[in-house]
Amino acid sequence: MGGGTILVRRVNEGDISISTYVRLLTPELKQIHVADNTIRLGAGVTMATIAKTPALAFLAPVARSIGGPGVRSAATVGGNLFARSPHGDFGVALLVLDAVVCIEGPEGCNEVDLETFFKSRRQLARGSIVTAVRFRRPMPEDFRFVKISRVKPNGAAVLSIAALLSRTQGHVSAARIALGAMANTPVRAHNLEAALRETTLTPRDIERAVVSAAADTTPRLMRSPANGTGRQCFPFISAGCSRPEFLHLPRAA
Amino acid sequence: MTKVPVQMTVNGEERAEFVDSGMTLLKFLRDKIGDLTAKAGCLQGTCGTCTVLIDGEPRLACITLVEDCRGGTIETVAGLAADAELHPLQQALRDHFAAQCGFCTPGMLMAAKALLDSNPHPDRAEVEDALSGNICRCTGYEPIIRAVLSVSTSNARRDTAERGEAMGRASGGRGTFIVHTN
Repeated sequence: MGGGTILVRRVNEGDISISTYVRLLTPELKQIHVADNTIRLGAGVTMATIAKTPALAFLAPVARSIGGPGVRSAATVGGNLFARSPHGDFGVALLVLDAVVCIEGPEGCNEVDLETFFKSRRQLARGSIVTAVRFRRPMPEDFRFVKISRVKPNGAAVLSIAALLSRTQGHVSAARIALGAMANTPVRAHNLEAALRETTLTPRDIERAVVSAAADTTPRLMRSPANGTGRQCFPFISAGCSRPEFLHLPRAA
Repeated sequence: MTKVPVQMTVNGEERAEFVDSGMTLLKFLRDKIGDLTAKAGCLQGTCGTCTVLIDGEPRLACITLVEDCRGGTIETVAGLAADAELHPLQQALRDHFAAQCGFCTPGMLMAAKALLDSNPHPDRAEVEDALSGNICRCTGYEPIIRAVLSVSTSNARRDTAERGEAMGRASGGRGTFIVHTN
């Protein structure tokens, strides 16, 4: 277990399938390594620690969007990767950062990209544990994160959207976008990414690109556990992309 | 059930007990040492009424294993008041009619204390964020927020006055210092 925000509540709820807690006390699990180009977060690093680490300032809004302070003091990076939708906002951010998950098990150490991990997280080999995530350090101004929730300030997500948008001479040269609370796990929005390339991120560009995101909204994607029913997530994506935090445009624009 | 030893400081008092492995901190506080101030609400880490401070950080006792608190310093509402004198936060909640049924109050107090200990002069947004993990079904939150902000204002007045006194002492009592308190 990580901080207990998933497992202990299941035990409290009366889940008799859990008979044993395995607590990991290895100090490395709580360590943060920030190098010139790479950041490595131990699986036991908490959201509260991320929120107050200056070198991770670009991730602080993501960490602060998760639960209240009591949850953030316990919730870990590793645990968040297993959180059921609509939770797991930190995984959305890690997905756009192209993070690699470090897994240690009987077969030794294994590294898988996060997109693959999300597809297979229920089939991890017995005895395996997630020990860390690793990703390239982005330019802080390239990273954006928006969370829309019904309850302010820290309710569960109706939509969380993270983007890594590199711009060259004002035009988007590379785009990675991930959506949370729109499927069983965080997912990439490949069509939206393609539609935003070469644009200048004006509100009109966003409006046009979001239309193409409809192709990202497969039936599976539209069945959000947030409300348990099929729904059109298009307006939510549109609202998320139109938020100033996503556009990052100068005030005058 | 395996018994494991735990040792920690609860409200300034050393505690050493044998507990069932897997016991939560909430159960330890309420059933083992008789501190009933942390409430058992949702037991899901959602309502916040079990909030206590572990080494100064707000934590939800219902989803925290007591084994993870070994060697730690635990603070609960039971340790707030000094004899008959209420803690400033308790007094502020009373003055602002910020407790009705009172079930959320212990969690609110500890969440607010965690904020004010690390940030004595929070603004409204910071207070709202600090209390965002605590649910209240009676007050509508507004009186609680006002109470916490009033303590923040009192802290600001006290700090300003203390700075004025310190400057007075540094000048050997010479000169005049005007202390503005709003």
